Amino acid sequence: MTSPLIRRATESMLSRARWHPLEIIFWAGAFAAIWLLPTRHLILTEIAWLALFALSLDFLVGYAGIISLGHAAFFGVGAYAAALLAKHELINEPVLALFAAGLVAMALGFVTSFLVLRGSDLTRIMVSLGVALILRELANQFGWLTGGADGLQGVTMQPILGTFRFDMFGHNGYAYCLVVLFVLFLVARQIANSPFGLSLVAIKNNPLRAAAIGIPVDRRLIVIYSIAAFYAGIAGGLLAQTTSFASLDVFSFDRSADLLLVLIIGGVGYLYGGLIGAILFKVMQDYLSVLTPQYWPFWIGALLVAMVLIGRDRITGWTTPFRKLAAKLDWRAARRDAAAAEDRR
Amino acid sequence: MLTILFDGVAYGMLLFVLACGLSVTLGLMNLINLAHGAFAMAGGYTTVVLVNSFGVPFFLSLPLAFLVAAVIGLVMERAVYVHVYRKPHLEQVLLTIGLVFMAVAGTDYVMGTSQVFANTPEVLHGQFQFFGVGIGRYRLLIIVVCGVLAIGLQYILTRTRFGSRLRAAVDDQRVAQGLGINVNGIFALTFAFGSGLAGLGGALGTEILGLDPTFPLKYMIYFLIVVTVGGTSSITGPFVASLLLGISDVAGKYYVPKLGAFVIYTIIIVVLIWRPQGLFSRASAK
Repeated sequence: MTSPLIRRATESMLSRARWHPLEIIFWAGAFAAIWLLPTRHLILTEIAWLALFALSLDFLVGYAGIISLGHAAFFGVGAYAAALLAKHELINEPVLALFAAGLVAMALGFVTSFLVLRGSDLTRIMVSLGVALILRELANQFGWLTGGADGLQGVTMQPILGTFRFDMFGHNGYAYCLVVLFVLFLVARQIANSPFGLSLVAIKNNPLRAAAIGIPVDRRLIVIYSIAAFYAGIAGGLLAQTTSFASLDVFSFDRSADLLLVLIIGGVGYLYGGLIGAILFKVMQDYLSVLTPQYWPFWIGALLVAMVLIGRDRITGWTTPFRKLAAKLDWRAARRDAAAAEDRR
Repeated sequence: MLTILFDGVAYGMLLFVLACGLSVTLGLMNLINLAHGAFAMAGGYTTVVLVNSFGVPFFLSLPLAFLVAAVIGLVMERAVYVHVYRKPHLEQVLLTIGLVFMAVAGTDYVMGTSQVFANTPEVLHGQFQFFGVGIGRYRLLIIVVCGVLAIGLQYILTRTRFGSRLRAAVDDQRVAQGLGINVNGIFALTFAFGSGLAGLGGALGTEILGLDPTFPLKYMIYFLIVVTVGGTSSITGPFVASLLLGISDVAGKYYVPKLGAFVIYTIIIVVLIWRPQGLFSRASAK
């Protein structure tokens, strides 16, 4: 017989991990887009890797509470790694190469985590920004390897799993990115709902108290930093593989800053934030950059300022009715609540 | 050799004037202001426009640059920044990055993307030899102005009534408020003054750092380094950090041009491993 406390804890953990009907609709929609929106596959591909990139930042910002201004470092390393592997035909199969690119980024994340995790928020911002700048400078200096400012050209991608070729309309590219995103999302979901994920939230809320109840704060942060780097590296690898190109732009500060915006639009600290943010961001960019191509950063800036000043809750508040509806749809949750109320009595 | 040292000192002094406002606002209100460079840019463009388009003498344009940046700083502080003091750092970062983007794109729209210079008077051109050391006149001006400012700031901070109130507010805001010190007032004033100094630095720096709309982004990392390495508890910390940064950057770019950009980062990493809280911080309170 387990004690009621353990039973309740298990129940609470399980209920977090349960699939919500809206989630199923979301992914069904994403996969249906393979057949329903064949003309939009190029932008959908961009949304897919951006979503993965934002998801990796959410690990840091939303779960561990680490502010990073240089997340593009890992994205860029992943992109260059994937492009170089393909160019020099070291690993021809894209899926394997992608995994390798992720591992390279992860190694970098592991090494730099010791620097980033020292000191205060400000130090973290400075170091993460610095790491991205150093990598950009390295990519610029080692032109013989990376192509310098011209970017890495002449990359030919082999077919995925030896059968699906990257076509110029991005049909297979989108399906590939979506599958990768989905698989990694499942893993992320496991991580976030595990005791490990919960301990991260505890660290974010109060590091001192988390340490006091026996959570090894530093070790947890190093692990999540490496995992986030892995995800970002995969996202970068996807970009390089679908475009057959990598340039210095992958390390740019704008990329890191835009990514924060993506995450903020979608909502921080729940896994779908990055995904929804990526969709909204790309659609908005598509629309606004046609209107004012050169001054597009101005509107990004204005949006960031507005979100902080007006309050994120109020801007994303329009989702509240949907959330209520979602709660009603989730009959299992309703029944559980009723059962819990019964218990209390 | 000494000429490089001299140039490095000039560069470092300039960085100090640019960044010291940032370190005080960070220490005082625990505010991470990534948009600090935008105020410097405002000062720089003020000087450029005044000198080139209106024929205002260069030396007169410097205090005007200070004034313009300070006024913008005061307005922004009361209108925007005041809302985020109590908010988490993430919000402050988002807000100030937003401001940087707006400043960059807005300046781009008004002034164009190209790099601009102010027409400096003849007196400041060229070099002269002093015991075999080549001394650039413009850099000498920077050292003199910034040196005077640094001494003045140190005096204000340690010897005046305002300075002691400011230090009290930095040490413990709540107690200071309880003792009847108007912390908000002090902060508004300090913020405006720091922005003004940044503006002055931007105006002086057009010759050395270059001025174009991406200025706040390009030098953001330098300001952050000065503040993190120097700590926020005094102005000696940022001063030494600026000199270290300036000298190593100039020397690095001169001696190992290929690796020049990496020299400062290497130093920063070493410093951070050695003293994660910065070179000169007291047992970190915040």
